[in-house]
Amino acid sequence: MQEIRWHGRGGQGGFTASRLLGIAASVHGGKHALAFPSFGPERRGAPVLAFTKIDDTKIHDRSEVQNSDYVVVMDETLIAPGFEKGIRPGACILVNTEKVEVYQKALPAFKVIGIDASTLAMEILGRPITNTAMYGALVAASGLVSLEAAVASIRTEMKPKLADLNVKIVERSFEIINEQSTVEG
Amino acid sequence: MKTNKIFISGDEAVAQGVKLCRPHVIAAYPITPQTITVERLSEMVEAGEMDGIYMHVESEHSAISATMGASAVGARTFTASSSQGLLYMAEGLHYCSGGRWPVVMMNANRSVALPWSIYGDQRDSLSLLDCGWIQVYVEDAQEALDMMIQAYKIAEHKDVLTPMMVNLDGFILTHTYELVDIPEQKMVDEFLPVFETPNKMSFEEPKNLGFSSKPDDNTEFKYQQNEAMFKAIDVIRDVDQEFAEKFGRKYYDMVEEYRCDDAEVVLVALGSVCGTIRVVVDKMRAAGKKVGLLKIRYMRPFPETEVKDLARRVHAIGVIDKDISFGYEGTVYTNVNSAISKIDKYVYKSNFVGGLGGRDITKEEIEEMFEKLFFGVKNKSEEKVEFFSLNVESND
Repeated sequence: MQEIRWHGRGGQGGFTASRLLGIAASVHGGKHALAFPSFGPERRGAPVLAFTKIDDTKIHDRSEVQNSDYVVVMDETLIAPGFEKGIRPGACILVNTEKVEVYQKALPAFKVIGIDASTLAMEILGRPITNTAMYGALVAASGLVSLEAAVASIRTEMKPKLADLNVKIVERSFEIINEQSTVEG
Repeated sequence: MKTNKIFISGDEAVAQGVKLCRPHVIAAYPITPQTITVERLSEMVEAGEMDGIYMHVESEHSAISATMGASAVGARTFTASSSQGLLYMAEGLHYCSGGRWPVVMMNANRSVALPWSIYGDQRDSLSLLDCGWIQVYVEDAQEALDMMIQAYKIAEHKDVLTPMMVNLDGFILTHTYELVDIPEQKMVDEFLPVFETPNKMSFEEPKNLGFSSKPDDNTEFKYQQNEAMFKAIDVIRDVDQEFAEKFGRKYYDMVEEYRCDDAEVVLVALGSVCGTIRVVVDKMRAAGKKVGLLKIRYMRPFPETEVKDLARRVHAIGVIDKDISFGYEGTVYTNVNSAISKIDKYVYKSNFVGGLGGRDITKEEIEEMFEKLFFGVKNKSEEKVEFFSLNVESND
C-alpha cells in the first residue's frame, strides 16, 4: 500500500487533491483507494492534513496513516517542528517553494523536490490555489497514477471551464518535474 | 453485471442508498458527522431527483415524531442523526418501536458529551440498545449503501415491523471517500417492494397514534415486540441471501467470521475497526498464529447462536468496545459474555476498551490484543476490562 499525506491550509484544496488522486487511482486506474481529511472541525486558513491510500487490492486498513511514502506541502510555512513524524525514511517530499535547497538541507532523511506552484497557479488560474499544481508534480515524481488518469480525475470532478485550467496546470507541473529529473539524472 | 462505480464518502453513499429506496418522507436535523447525508438528500429532493418530501424540522425530537406520523399513514420514511441528536430522539425511539413503525435511520457513530467531542466512538447507539430498534453496524461505504436497501426490506417485513438503525463510524466511514458501486434503480425497485403495512391509518380507517395500555395488556404488547425482533433474524438472513443473488454482494447476515475456522484466539468487534483487524489477522496468520475475527453486524437482535457456536471452537475471545458502561464493562462485551456463559465450556475472555472520542486503534495495538489473549490462555490470567492505550496510570 502507498500512503500519501497532504499539507495545506483550510481553503487551499488539499482535501480536493487527495480525492483527485483517489479518483485517478480507482475510477481511472483500476486500483483501490481511500481519501480522507484530518478529522475534525474545518477552519479557513488553519493547517489541515488530508490523506490518500492506494493499493492493488481492497483497502481494509482504517487506521491512521503513520508511514507516509509521499508528502505534499502546498504551503512551505507548514514545515514546522514535528513535521517529520509519520513519514517513512527515504520518502519523497514535494514542497511548493522557490528555495528547495533550504528544505533539502533541513530534511536530510528524505528525497525533497521543489516546485514553484504558487507562481504557476497565478499564471494559469490567476489565483494562488496550488492544489492541482502540486497534484501534477506528485504524479510526475511518483508514477502512482498516469498523467492521463490524473487529467481524467479533474474532468470527473470539476466543471468544464475550471477543469480546462486545472488540466493545463497539472500538465505543466508534470512537465516541470520531469524536466528537473532529466537535468538531475 | 453492469456496474456504476463512483468515488464518494460514506455519508454520500448513505444518501445514494436512501434515494434508491424512494422514501416518501425524509425528516432530519443536521449534526456532524451525519450532515453531508442530509444535505445531499435535501439537494436531491430540491433538484427533483427524488419524489419524496424533505421536512426541514427544527430538532431531532421533531424528526423522529414526523417520521413516525408519516409511517403511520403508510409512508416509507427516513431520518438520520448522531450522538447528542440521537439522544435527543431517545424518547421518540421507544415510541417508534412500540408503535411498530418501520422507520429507517442512519446513525453516524459519535462520542457523547461531556467532554464535548465531535469525533467517533459507539457510545451513542450502544447506550440505546434497549429502545427496541434493530441495530446494524457497517464496515465500509459500500456496506452502508447496501444496508439502506436491505434495511427497508427487513424493517417493513410483515413479521418484523420494527424500526432499524444503520450505524456507521463517524469520520472513519462518514468522511472517507472510496469506490462505491451504485446499483441500478430498476434492480432496487425489483428487490424492494412497495411499503404496505397492516397498521396503516387513513381517513377510511382512523386509528389511535399514541395509544395507551393498562397493566393487563402492556406485557402482551412488549412480548410481541420481542417476538418480532427474534423473527427478524430469519428475515435478515433471507434478505441478505436475496440481496447477494440480486446484487452480487453478501454480508453473511448476523455476523461475519474471518479466518475463524481453525482459530485459537478471536477478536470480536463492530464497524470499521474490523477492516484493520482483518489486516492484522492476515499478518499474524502468515507468521503461523491461529487468530481470527468475528465481525458482529447486528447488536439487536443479538447473534447469540453465532457467538456460542464460535465460543465452542476457540480458546479465547477478546472484545473491542468503542464504549464503556461506567461501573461495569463495555456493552458489546456484556452481550458477548452473556452468550458465552450459556455454553458448557470455559473460554478465556478479555475486554479491550478503546477508540473512544476518535482515538485511533492501530495495527500494533490489535496485534498486542491478540498476544494478550494467547498469554491469558497460557497463564490462566484473570479476566478483566482493560482501557487500551491509556495515557494515565491504570489502577489495576
